[in-house]
Amino acid sequence: MKSLAELQALRDKMRNSMGIRADDSGNIRVVVGMATCGIAAGARPVLQAFTDEVAKRGLHNVTIAQTGCIGICQYEPVVEITEPGKEKVTYVKMTAEKAAQVVSNHLVNGNVMTEYTIGAAAK
Amino acid sequence: MMQELSLNVLDVAENSVRAGATLIGIEVDEQPKDDRLIITITDNGCGMTAEQTAHVTDPFFTTRTTRKVGLGVPFFKMAAELTGGSLHMESQPGQGTTVTASFGLSHIDRMPLGDMAGTVCSLIQCNPAIDFVYTRRYGEHSFVADTREFRKTLGEIPLQTPEVLAFIGEFIRENSAEIQTQCN
Repeated sequence: MKSLAELQALRDKMRNSMGIRADDSGNIRVVVGMATCGIAAGARPVLQAFTDEVAKRGLHNVTIAQTGCIGICQYEPVVEITEPGKEKVTYVKMTAEKAAQVVSNHLVNGNVMTEYTIGAAAK
Repeated sequence: MMQELSLNVLDVAENSVRAGATLIGIEVDEQPKDDRLIITITDNGCGMTAEQTAHVTDPFFTTRTTRKVGLGVPFFKMAAELTGGSLHMESQPGQGTTVTASFGLSHIDRMPLGDMAGTVCSLIQCNPAIDFVYTRRYGEHSFVADTREFRKTLGEIPLQTPEVLAFIGEFIRENSAEIQTQCN
């Protein structure tokens, strides 16, 4: 069985690599809709994919959070990305695969994936 | 309709988050001998009046003002009743709420439990101010994942660190598998 002793070892390992995480400047917020509609449509794997990809790439300026229902249930899972000084981007009908693409194209390289946004879906 | 019970648990636990809870308990109690699966979600949030509690399984009742439907608890209730089980709620204003759902374990319409580790990790990740206690029982065996204990062990390192969340997910998956093999 996994035990708290393993968590202790993990803590000691991480204490050595902390410090570089404290920088909050230029923070990007990724907000996943996690109400009944979002969860039923598959928000949990989307949230998971964002977390995994952001961790894998070591993006310390990205905060991942949740919100309730924002009223566009037919477009769930919905993900909103806000960056200081830029317009909010709303991605709709997200999947874990699309989330991984959004992390590399949008969060890392700054290219909004227009084809997954609400503007493209509403047409 | 959810595809697995762990998604219902995530959804119903979100109500506890909204109720301002600081401690949320989730218990999954699987008793093959009695052919029962009992899921309990407890919180110390703002609670509900008797009138609200009575109406909460009605899909057209919600305290939200944004729209007129609330499907989370009705979905959970339906999932339980489809298997010959039931859903029960107890609440006191200012004290908190307990939701208990029982399922016929081997009933053909019982949804799989699904990824409970994913549910618990999502809740921990999105709610840094809340402590979660996940208890998993199978027959006579059980284990507990308690974020208060994790925090104590971690010291200044936040629970929301990706490596820590990965550990908690593995902790739940491995220990769940372990208690089930102990019984078989």
